[in-house]
This record gives sequence, structure tokens and C-alpha cells, in this order.
Amino acid sequence: MNLILISLAVLGVTGLVAAVLLYLIAQKFKVEEDPRIDEVQEALPGANCGGCGFAGCRALAEACVKADSLDGLFCPVGGAPTMTKVGEILGLAAPVTEPKVAVVRCNGTCAARPKTSEYNGERHCDIMHSLYGGEADCRFGCLGCGDCTRACQFGALSINTETGLPVVDEEKCTACGKCVQACPRRLIELRKKGPKNRRMVVLCRNEDKGAITRKVCQNGCIGCGKCAKECPFDAIVVENNVAYIDFEKCRLCRKCEAVCPTGAIHAVNFPPRPQKPAEPKPAPAPAPVAAQADAKAVEPNVEKEVKA
Amino acid sequence: MSTFRIGGVHPQENKEFSAHKPIVDCPLPKKATILLAQHIGAPAVPVVEKGDKVLVGQLIAKANGFVSSNVCSPVSGTVTKIDSIVDATGFRAPAIMIDVEGDEWLPEIDRTPDIKRDCTLEPKEIVDKIAAAGIVGLGGACFPTQVKLLPPPGKKAEVLIVNGVECEPYLTNDHQLMLEHGEEIMIGIQIVMKALGISRAIIGIEKNKPDAIKHMQELASRVLGVEVKPLKVKYPQGGEKQLIDACIRRQVPSGALPIEVGAVVDNVATLYAVYEAVQKNKPLIDRVMTVTGKHMEKPGNYRVRFGTPITEIIDFAGGIPDHSGRIIAGGPMMGRAISNLAAMPANKRLSALLFMPENESRRHEPSNCIRCAKCVDACPMGLEPYLLAQLSARQDWDTMEKHDVMDCIDCGSCLFTCPSHRPLLDYIRLGKGKVGANIRARQAAKK
Repeated sequence: MNLILISLAVLGVTGLVAAVLLYLIAQKFKVEEDPRIDEVQEALPGANCGGCGFAGCRALAEACVKADSLDGLFCPVGGAPTMTKVGEILGLAAPVTEPKVAVVRCNGTCAARPKTSEYNGERHCDIMHSLYGGEADCRFGCLGCGDCTRACQFGALSINTETGLPVVDEEKCTACGKCVQACPRRLIELRKKGPKNRRMVVLCRNEDKGAITRKVCQNGCIGCGKCAKECPFDAIVVENNVAYIDFEKCRLCRKCEAVCPTGAIHAVNFPPRPQKPAEPKPAPAPAPVAAQADAKAVEPNVEKEVKA
Repeated sequence: MSTFRIGGVHPQENKEFSAHKPIVDCPLPKKATILLAQHIGAPAVPVVEKGDKVLVGQLIAKANGFVSSNVCSPVSGTVTKIDSIVDATGFRAPAIMIDVEGDEWLPEIDRTPDIKRDCTLEPKEIVDKIAAAGIVGLGGACFPTQVKLLPPPGKKAEVLIVNGVECEPYLTNDHQLMLEHGEEIMIGIQIVMKALGISRAIIGIEKNKPDAIKHMQELASRVLGVEVKPLKVKYPQGGEKQLIDACIRRQVPSGALPIEVGAVVDNVATLYAVYEAVQKNKPLIDRVMTVTGKHMEKPGNYRVRFGTPITEIIDFAGGIPDHSGRIIAGGPMMGRAISNLAAMPANKRLSALLFMPENESRRHEPSNCIRCAKCVDACPMGLEPYLLAQLSARQDWDTMEKHDVMDCIDCGSCLFTCPSHRPLLDYIRLGKGKVGANIRARQAAKK
């Protein structure tokens, strides 16, 4: 009986001493943490993709709590609703940003941009880009090895086997920007989703002179500047022989698409154009006709010598 | 017989196709395209304009900075265009286009075949002449030669190591050059020794070239301080650091230049160019290159003026053989496949054109790494290629830097030896590029 009492007493006292020690140490080394960090982290999507520029959701949450305003802090995955929630928790105004989507600015399909050599190394865009200009002669265009598809955590990118180009699934794309960094040719841009997902975009980045671009790819922008002249809103600039549509200024009138001789300008998610427009429009010919006319002019280039 | 101590592989030599074929002059092109970046460092700046008449040997583009090199006109004629062209890699590079008219040389260039032995110039004058002639290392890296001859303060050169190894399979241009112009090379060696103020030179030659060893030994016996060192055959013995180890048993520290251990390494072709520049006033306007392949009609060693389109060289050598699957600029180990034949002119860098038959030009399908560590045994720099490749695939650039990826010399021994045919070099090269960019960014940030 005595034995049990003694052991109970010894264990009890040891436990008590340990508890007091632990308490004192915990008090001494206590880390003050803002409880709001946990709350903000809860509100964030938890993908840890790094699209915000921070190491993960926790790091963004810490930055949000520390910051005086939410300007420059944005979770591309959660978008505006998430940021509004974060703003409510912290009592700050959420920045007004429009949803964006990744756009691959190359339309050099297998048909439009014939291959002149065959790459036999590891199929990895970054490696191929470090070695040479690519299987087709365009040194600016998509290499088609899918670095962007591997970078995407949301399964929003896939290579279309027919065109050899990546396709963005707009439903899944969160505009985290991982693919933008992964592409060694800097072809992917985050553009404004636009009303009803409608956008105008130049699908080419070829900075060579028009004649050279034309030789290597039928769908390339030749930098003729017709679109820039046509645009009533000054949304288009032609720099380094390639046109760029500023999505902040573009009002989706589609005039540029109609005048583009190579079909490099694409109208995304618009309903098909009526064959005979009901209202008289200043643009003379609808786009498909212009594109066809020029496709014929380029035909001789298709018979390119295939080199070893 | 000595060789380097770490790693190395034994690829099939295949030198018999073009070995002992006398050097033949390739005809002049009608239009020459001269690249402005034929060397490591900043591209040269053109000093001629469209419409200018130029003579052979005339300076057409000036070195831009310390590590850069002059470019002299390899042809005479009229400058038609200064523009960018698509080079062998499919990217654009600046170049000068010249319509060739006749073959008029600058009057001060001595074109007689006589050998001029005595050199009375001061070291500084020699270096200036080499710089003016636009001489670069013709072994492959194209490092401006005058930079090597000006050791940084505090460093002293002790020995000149002459690279007559030619360890790349198929290549025979240096071999033939030693046989035909051994005497000139020997004078070039003496000139460089004088410029560096040293009294010792070692010529490293692999023993698969016994006639070259014998010939050079005979010539060296008449010159004080020059010896020929026959070396065991092993790839990549022609690498600078490997050759230093093989010849004088010194190892260049990681990230350092050969001057750190008192060595200066020059290729035999470079020394021949030095002889021509200093004694004959002839700038670097041509080089000997091997055109070879198993099914080639006229494989051989050709002296080619820079700017000659390679299609013309190929036509002269009998055309592209049937069943060619791949054309390589350089040797099979370190050379690069040419993606665009029409666009590429001969240049200082182009040491060979190699035609691989179709059945040999494709890579094998890679399979899993079996951890055999053959690549580790083969790496002449003592690196761990399997690990570096894996880190690169994972984009872990910092860890790659810790594992000394920057020491990789791109020799391809790992890729050659891998029984699983893994694309080790592809990944390592990618990582090397990324780590190099990171290091440069850090240095720029420090400044």
C-alpha cells in the first residue's frame, strides 16, 4: 500500500514540477501572433501556387495582415471575392481588379508553320529554346513541348495534338501566372477576361520584318499597322514589327480583326459574324475573305525545302 | 604514357575517313556572309559601310571590349549589306554581306610559301599584332587569344601547353595541319613563348597520331625548351583542364582559369594562325576544317575562307551523301546539329562538318536511371551528372550550384556512357544556363 502511495506522490510531484517548468518556458518564449493571420489564411484558397508572388497562402496572409492597404496584394486564384473577404476580416478596402485569363499569343499551327527540322533531344521547351530556334523556322513562336502544361497546377493547359499549340481551359484557368514564367518564349500573357469572356488578341509575337515573318508562318503578324490605323480607340500599338492590343483600352469593336490581312488578330468567344451585316459598317470586307485572299498569296512558301 | 586522371570515355575514333588527306583549298564563294560574333564575348562593331570596297585581310569589324575580337575580311569585293542573318541555331546574328570580286589581298600580306623564322618583335608588339589579326582559340571555344597572352596582375605563366590532341572522333584537321605545317606551328610556339616570357612548352598529342608525334618530335628537338608529350587516347583530353592535368599533373581549381596553375593552353591551329599573323601579316581569314562522314564522297581536310556558305563547301566535298540523317557542325561529341543549312556560313568556330547516316543519327529511347553511376565515373570534372540532371528537372538551381554545375565542360561523356540513354547533358546544360544567369544577376546586384 505504502509503495503505491510513494510512487503516486513521486510521479505527482515530478509532473507538477515539469508542468510549472513548461509553463514558465512557454511564457518566456511565447511568440505573439496575430490571430487574424489564421483567419485570412482560412479565407484564401489554400492552393499554395505562388501566383500572388509569395511563398504560399500563409505568406500572403501574413503580408496582408502586416500591410496597411491591400494594394498590390492579390490572390489570382480566389480573385475579387476572396480579396473582398480578406478585406472584411482586416477592415481594409479590397483592390478592384478584373478577372484575368492566360492567353497563348501564338497561332503557328502545324499547318501554318511547317517544320523544317526535327528536334531529337529531350522534349522540354526550355532545353529546346536554349539549343536552337525551334523545329519550324519561327524563332519567336511556340515550341509545343508543353512546359506550360506541366507548370499549370489546375490542369487548365493542354497541348492540342492537331495544332501543336497549348489550349487554355478558361473555366479552370485561375490566372496564377505560373505558365507565364514557364514559357521560355514569353508567349503567355494574363489578359482581362472581358465582358462575357469576349476578347480581342493578336496571336503572334514575331518581331521579324513582315516579309520574313510571312515566310515562316502564314498566321503571323507582319506589323503592317492597318489595325492600329483602323482602331478608333488607340488601343493598338505596333512595336518591333508586331501589333499589340491594349486590353484596357480595347472596346471590342472588332474593326481590327476585319482589316488584318493575315488573320493574326483573333476575336475570342464572339458569336459568329452574320454574313451580311445588318448595319452598314466602315470595315469593307469581313475577316474570313481577307484571310483567304492572303492565304493564297503565301502558298508558294509552303513548299519549303526540308532540311536535315 | 600519361593521360588525365579523372573520368573520360573511349568513343569509336572513326578518323580513317579523312585522315592523311592533304589540305585542299575550297574555292572562293560568290557571296560571303561574315558573322560579327565568331568568338566568345561581345560581337565586333562594323567599321565598313554598305558600298565600301574591301580587300582580303582588311579590318571590317572592330573588337568591342576586352574580351572580343577583330574580324577581318576573308574576301575582296563590295559590302552589300550589314544586317542580321539566321545562324546555325535558327536565331539571328549580326553579319556583313560581301559580293566577292576577284581575290585582291592587302599589299602588306606576305603570300609567298617561304617560311620566315626570325621574330624580332617585342612581346607587346606580338600581342598587339595577334589582337589586330582577330585570332581566337580555334580548338572550339573561340576565346580571344590576346586575352590569354595578358595574364592578370599577380599571375605568372610558366608553361605553354600546345593542344594537338584532337580527341573528338572523326576530326583530323589538326592532325593534318601538324603534318603539313609543323614547322610553322613550331615558330608560332616560339612567338607565343616570347610574348609570355616563358621558356618551356609542351605539345600534347594523342598516340593515335604516331606520324604527327614523330614529325613534331623531330622539329622540337631543334628548339630549346619545347617537348612533345605523347598521350594515351581518351576523350575529352582536348579539354583545357584535362590537357593540363595530362601534361603537367596540375589541376585547375574550380571556377579558375589555367593561368592559376601557371599554364596557357593554345591549339595547334591557333599557333599556326599566330605564325601567319605575326610573320606574314595575314589575319585570321580562313581555317582548316574536316568534312567527313561514313558515306561521304570526298571526305577530307579543307582550307575554307570564313563567310563561305556551307552549302558550297558541301558541294565541293561531293554533296550531301544519301541516307544522311543529321549534319553536325563540329565533332560528334560536342558539335551541334545544324537546323538550317542554307543560312550558315563558315566561321572561326566551325571546325568540322560531319554527316551522320540516318541509322546513327537518332537518339535511343531513354529509360529509367538504374543508379549504376557510370556517368559519375565518366565525368572528367568529377561531377555527379545523374544528380545534376535530376536537380535540373526539378528546377532546383541553388542546389545545382552547390554541386558545382558551373564546372561542367559540356563534353557529353555522361550522355555517351549512360546505359539508359538518359538525356543527362540536355538537363545539365539547361541548369548551367540558369545557374550562370543567377550568378551574373547576383554579381550585377553587388555592383
